[in-house]
Amino acid sequence: MAKMSMKARYSALTRDLSWEPSYVSEQDVFPHTTFEGIKIHDWSKWEDPFRLTVDAYYKYQTEKDKRLYAVLDGFAQSQGHLSLSDARYVNAMKIFLQGVTPLEYAAHRHFAYLARQLNGAGPRFAALCQSIDELRHTQTEIHTLSNYNKYYGGLHNFPQQFDRVWYLSVPKSFFDDAMSAGPFEFLISISFAFEYLLTNLLFVPFMSGASYNGDLPSMTFGFSAQSDESRHMTLGLEAIKFLLEQDEANVPIVQAWIDKWFWRGYRLTALVAAMLDYMLPRKVMSWAEAFELYFGQQMLEGLFPDLAYYGIRPPLHVKEALAEKDILSHQVYWTLYQFSFAAAFTTTVPTADELNWFSAQYPDTFDRYFRGNWEKAGRIAAGGGRFFFQGLPQLCQTCQIPMLFTEPGDPATICQRSSDFRGEHYNFCSDGCKWIFDREPEKYIQAWLPVHQIYQGSCGGPSVPEVLAWYGLQDGDSGEYHGSADEQNWARWHAGAGIETAVTGG
Amino acid sequence: MTESTATREVGVHLQESGDDTRLLVAAIEADNPQANVSYLPGIVSVKTPGKLTIRRESVEAKLGREWETHEFQLAIISYLGHIGTWDDDEIVISWDH
Repeated sequence: MAKMSMKARYSALTRDLSWEPSYVSEQDVFPHTTFEGIKIHDWSKWEDPFRLTVDAYYKYQTEKDKRLYAVLDGFAQSQGHLSLSDARYVNAMKIFLQGVTPLEYAAHRHFAYLARQLNGAGPRFAALCQSIDELRHTQTEIHTLSNYNKYYGGLHNFPQQFDRVWYLSVPKSFFDDAMSAGPFEFLISISFAFEYLLTNLLFVPFMSGASYNGDLPSMTFGFSAQSDESRHMTLGLEAIKFLLEQDEANVPIVQAWIDKWFWRGYRLTALVAAMLDYMLPRKVMSWAEAFELYFGQQMLEGLFPDLAYYGIRPPLHVKEALAEKDILSHQVYWTLYQFSFAAAFTTTVPTADELNWFSAQYPDTFDRYFRGNWEKAGRIAAGGGRFFFQGLPQLCQTCQIPMLFTEPGDPATICQRSSDFRGEHYNFCSDGCKWIFDREPEKYIQAWLPVHQIYQGSCGGPSVPEVLAWYGLQDGDSGEYHGSADEQNWARWHAGAGIETAVTGG
Repeated sequence: MTESTATREVGVHLQESGDDTRLLVAAIEADNPQANVSYLPGIVSVKTPGKLTIRRESVEAKLGREWETHEFQLAIISYLGHIGTWDDDEIVISWDH
């Protein structure tokens, strides 16, 4: 038999294997695709340009895993953990494992749901592949980073911490928000906003940072995962074009979801901004540069003109996001610095070289607003008084980040917005987060806010040690980097290189 | 909008990993004369105005072996634009509107 073309194979192995239900109604088979108000007239119009079939899928995924696991074996055998740029770098990967890996697992679950619930065979199969991809990402990330867990703190208890620790409620609540929406909103939130609009800001900095800081296994799992990402981006772009083409009445619904999920996703990148600028000992690019390139040039100048054809405009609050690019990472890391006694990573005052790098990268803001704080913190730490904030911060009801952001155009004044709903008062970090709350207050008043939960007695007890024990933190996970177990081990491993006798035995 | 689909940039990010990627990029450069290649740690970025085409025959000629377009999935880590065509012979990335 002659080999079928990709197009014929795709048709034979996806749509030809589907059938029209005859003894139950379509509505009964797919009951979740009408309540959001989205109108679909012809599911067969959904295109999958990848034309991926199940045989090709497994063939290439197997190859990707083989390549990754060969690297992991070599890394373990060659004591690869010793060739990192610095022990401090591992903090970036702690945040990744604690905050991103559980999102991969959540995505695995929800794409399995879409693979059952979407009416069209094409999108169901694409969702099924993505569901399996996301499980693969979860597993490969855990396998990869378990190599560091042998040597470093902060990596031993991430699933429990994802459910409990204050800064991890930011990614958790983001994804829970998406998963508790309908299937079409989920496609716009995760497949479009997260996977297409913001993916390069979320993942490229981590992976290029891993490469530049000698972290071979993280770079390899990252790129292995990102090679699936181009399919996920395509699912997102196809989803939005499909919804917009199916019915004009879908346009305002989709626009509101873009407005909402751009801001939700953008707020989530605040942690990435801090990681990129402050946690990489060897810098790849500044957050401002990454944001200008990957969001400004590529999305606003590339993607949105394409969507304008359908009547879609750039997201609301995009101006506020652009205006924050020169202050975001500094404000976020300054907060992490003050609260890392309660985190599963360590922080420290940037080195003099780093401060100068910030001055060069952020000429309009760094020296004026942020350098003084770091120099003062450095003097206090040098005098033996490394300070941590003694109290709990107000959290934004929507994004759950401490209210550390500032008024548009005024980096010295904290921004505080509020709404009242059913007799209760709610606080927000920004106009974007307030706008999101005001659209769906019934949803966001249910937020599990870590600070409120501590005060309500839900987190192990009233004292800091009790809360940290409930978080599952151990000695060596938290606090200041200098003097930490990670730093001391690193110094010991590298002192007297060449004469240290290898540790042998069981 | 100020720029049309003919001039708005499209592109791909590829893993910078050895000879296969180097030859793949060489094939893309040959087929897309306006392509601009740049590097980040671990990443090769190829950008071009309007339309980026990856042709199986060109890649096979560079690699000296059979190459199916599905194999591009092993190299690509991100892209900019819309994948309009992905068939046995070529992959085309452009903007629609």
